[in-house]
Amino acid sequence: MSPVLDVRDVRLRRGARDVLRGVTFEVGAGEVVALMGLSGSGKTTVLRAVAGLDPVDAGRIVVSGVSIEAGVPRPPAGPAAVQVGMVFQFHHLFEHLTAIENVCLAPVHVGRTARDAAAATARRLLADLGVEHRQFALPRELSGGEAQRVAIARALALDPPLLLLDEPTASLDPARRDDLGAALRALAAQGRALLVTSHDDDFVRAHATTVLVLADGAVVERGAPADVLTRPQHDATKALLTGTRPRTIS
Amino acid sequence: MTRRLALGAGVCAALVCLAGPPQVLAQRAQGAPSSAPFLWGGDAEGGAPFVEADPKDPTRVVGLDVDIATLVAHALGREPQFVQITFTSLDQSAARGDFSLGLSGIEDTPARRHALAATIPYYEFREVLTVRAADRPRFRTLADLGGRKVATLGGTIAYELLLAAQRDHGIAAVSYDDDVHPYADLANGRVDAVLLDNVLAERSMRKVSGLYTNPDAVAVNHYIGILGPADTGLRDRIDDILRAAMRDGRLEAILRRWNVWNADQPPFFAHVLANAPVGGTPIPETTPVSAIEMTRRYLPSLLTASLVTLALSCLSMALAVLCGAGIAIGRVYGGAALRLVLTAYVEVMRGTPILLQLFVIYYGLAAVVRLPAFVAALIGLGLNYAAYESEIYRGALEAVPRGQLEAARVLGFSTGQTLRLIRGPQAFRFALAPMTNDFVAMLKDSSLVSVLTVMELTKQTQIFATNLGSWVIPGALCAGLYLAMSLPLAHLARRLEAAWQAPTAS
Repeated sequence: MSPVLDVRDVRLRRGARDVLRGVTFEVGAGEVVALMGLSGSGKTTVLRAVAGLDPVDAGRIVVSGVSIEAGVPRPPAGPAAVQVGMVFQFHHLFEHLTAIENVCLAPVHVGRTARDAAAATARRLLADLGVEHRQFALPRELSGGEAQRVAIARALALDPPLLLLDEPTASLDPARRDDLGAALRALAAQGRALLVTSHDDDFVRAHATTVLVLADGAVVERGAPADVLTRPQHDATKALLTGTRPRTIS
Repeated sequence: MTRRLALGAGVCAALVCLAGPPQVLAQRAQGAPSSAPFLWGGDAEGGAPFVEADPKDPTRVVGLDVDIATLVAHALGREPQFVQITFTSLDQSAARGDFSLGLSGIEDTPARRHALAATIPYYEFREVLTVRAADRPRFRTLADLGGRKVATLGGTIAYELLLAAQRDHGIAAVSYDDDVHPYADLANGRVDAVLLDNVLAERSMRKVSGLYTNPDAVAVNHYIGILGPADTGLRDRIDDILRAAMRDGRLEAILRRWNVWNADQPPFFAHVLANAPVGGTPIPETTPVSAIEMTRRYLPSLLTASLVTLALSCLSMALAVLCGAGIAIGRVYGGAALRLVLTAYVEVMRGTPILLQLFVIYYGLAAVVRLPAFVAALIGLGLNYAAYESEIYRGALEAVPRGQLEAARVLGFSTGQTLRLIRGPQAFRFALAPMTNDFVAMLKDSSLVSVLTVMELTKQTQIFATNLGSWVIPGALCAGLYLAMSLPLAHLARRLEAAWQAPTAS
């Protein structure tokens, strides 16, 4: 069975700097893959390239058969292009819309779903994530954790096979982190592929199926979290696990 | 008769008069300043042949009123010193004592004689009707011009005559701020006749071809000098000086030098010297009436003018919002060439006076498209404000966080959908407060279009104040009407902003 996400030798340059220098990995259905690495290692750039926000200079990214390649224009906007849901570190909810309107907007206008059906789906997604009672709140009235759940619901509204999450644990207390982990595993169990950047090794150990360690724009170590994080081979991985753990915010 | 070319100077002067002392630009009229110069006031802006800046030395003024003022000053043993006063403010300045004598082709009206000390008349003029040469056979009198537009200067006897003809003959009176554009608009067909005095008519006939002036007087009136109401002693001395100059030919020499001497003057001089009444046409609606009665009469036209101001502001703002939004979107999303063109538009519109733009649209384009005054005003204000609105909207669009735009992109929204559903609505909320400010500014800036003969609130107030001889009641009424329009707007904007800021009930 082919993977949901297939990243092949992706290179990306920003100005004179090589941000990604040949990144290759796969994410299959039901997997939760964690991307770890010090800040500046290229974690967030990988997510942005997969989401189509940063064009790649070389290599190939295929999501459920739809490919992004260097020099090939992005597919036009519309439901066919939406194979990826993304949850940004700072959520980026639409500030003028309520929680449920944030979730419904893409299904109605991009997916051409009837409003009633879209609203029913949105309520179910918000309920699954435990924030149904906040459906009429505006983003500025939500706590960080609530906003994140609404953002996850919004990313799932078009039912993409791949979900990307950028530093989802950054603003959560430990109890909330485990709730989030459980929610992510539940999503994977439904057959989705999840790619998550994180600097939190406890979270990765507890909830990821695979961990990739990025250093200087290349994958330097990969495997089951129990192996990689218990017996780190690469200096970058060791640096991640020492006490001076940098809190990345990019 | 007024002669003002200053664009909107009357409006500015009106506001200055409400707020504080008039701008007094002292200029030496002639000779060296003495210890006690004789201050005399007039309006040198477009004031030929009465008072104008000397083309050879713009720091000096020349004209027949300058010569008369010099004659009077020297007879009093003093040196004349000119004080620049906007024409519509001359009466008020005389009453305040800004100068000893006002001379600027000032008309002899009962209201003026009632409020001020007035000299004997020193020149007789006829209000005459000028038409296009082809219309000479059919438009002989005001009665022939029913349903037609007839132009003159605002706040003058001629304007009062036209208002009377509007009631009696159904003509449409059009008020101008200067004496050149009525004739230009007559030549290009915007109006069908001009009623002004024979001095101005003859001057304009030399500049604009294809016109014919009927020599028959629609009315006869005289120029006088004005002084403060208590200065009757000085007034009597000046009357003696003027009579002496009439008798010994010095006044005739001055009038001849400025090419305004004609056959009307000898009998007029004889009447004045014999202390006989000089006659003149009874002037409609200028007999002194109480301020309350005058206010009652002017209130309907002030309310109508408020509606003009409101309608013009609303329509111009709608145009400004539409064009401004288009420009802003073009500058944010467009290619380099489009952005360059739009930036140039914004900078030109913001960097040049709106009065200039109004004149170009109304008069400059007249050869290509002859826009009605209201439409020209609407387009002028709308296009000018579009430049300012576009900057607000551009800033508001840029203020919507990039992260939301990226979130929209990942969700599959097209650029247009993102603008319509996500970026636009949020930008609109950012823009609302500055937009309301601009709308209130538009209400006030719309007074500028009186230079295009649109009779809006400030212009109507100015006419009211000129005829009443006081700015107190007209100023208060005008301010009240503007506030009645702007305060509800500000209130509405605050409520809308509050509604969008407050937590939504769930």
